[in-house]
Amino acid sequence: MSEILLEIDGKEVKATAGMTILEAAQSVGISIPTLCHHEKLEPFGGCRLCTVEVEVRGRTRLVVSCVYPVEDGLVVRTRTEKVERIRKTILELLLAHAPDSFVLQDLAREYGADRDRYEKEASFCIHCGLCVRYCAEVKKKHAVGFIDRGSKKEICFIPEIAAEECWDCKECFPLCPTEALQAAFVLTLALTSPPPVADKTGS
Amino acid sequence: MSAVMDNERIDQIVAKHDGEPSSLIQVLLEIQSEHHWLPMDVLKRVSQKLQVPMTRIQHIATFYKAFSLVPKGSHEIHICVGTACHVRGAQRVLDMVEDMTGIKPGETDLDLKFSLETVNCLGCCALGPVMEIDGKTHGKMTPAETADVLKNYN
Repeated sequence: MSEILLEIDGKEVKATAGMTILEAAQSVGISIPTLCHHEKLEPFGGCRLCTVEVEVRGRTRLVVSCVYPVEDGLVVRTRTEKVERIRKTILELLLAHAPDSFVLQDLAREYGADRDRYEKEASFCIHCGLCVRYCAEVKKKHAVGFIDRGSKKEICFIPEIAAEECWDCKECFPLCPTEALQAAFVLTLALTSPPPVADKTGS
Repeated sequence: MSAVMDNERIDQIVAKHDGEPSSLIQVLLEIQSEHHWLPMDVLKRVSQKLQVPMTRIQHIATFYKAFSLVPKGSHEIHICVGTACHVRGAQRVLDMVEDMTGIKPGETDLDLKFSLETVNCLGCCALGPVMEIDGKTHGKMTPAETADVLKNYN
């Protein structure tokens, strides 16, 4: 594997081709905040919290470090004023959805994000996809997935699969950055609610 | 139109796409155009045949507006309420259709004859107000003409 040299926050970092900026940073102990990243899962690039500034040939731009592969001679800055401002706004937007999330509140304190900046739209889900992807990629059960799109997007358990698999697993609950209870709630709902109307007319 | 699509037909459609999981959307589109909606049993069959998890099928079927998880009428009426059609009186056309079919946008009548949907632009603003039934465009509609056109669908 070819070795790649890059600079992260003024530190010379050696990385191998195919690594992401996030992985390279973590390998030398530079921490970049993440919400949708999980080392066992494919990069998702959903929360954008790991946004960093990169400089190539004198030009700076913003990239999402968990999906951006390292390049030779790349200059990365993880805590510039611009990056911090972006993270603060992302956190404020996410807090409108999950105002009581401890993970978000901790990050909000660090970045000075105001929990009440945006009107609350508490859905408790920030669409990080950790539960969905963990179930699919690690457990290979596909018990939980996304439905709908845009502002109506939410997670949804497949009752038939959930009834068989979830009781003994529940490994997705602690992954949830907002409230583990939310997963439990949706799961219970899926298991206890009557089948949708479409199901009845279809038979 | 039968209430249930038989497994044989689903298998045919799947076979046409060589059972390729990446053809999921094409398969669903074909079922949708033939059957007018995607019943749960059909989705389960597709999931089995294409080896695609149900979560993925649900995600796609709820993502695209082209798919319906509830029964649709055999004639799908789309009424344009985009800016151009709106100023040319789309609301009166819509009112007429609502009166005649007894359904509101997003609904389907009990005989599964008509489904009504409003859309934002059909791309032929010069013909406004535009009504589209089963893909056929009817332009420059007046409430009276709308009634005439609708009578032809049974």
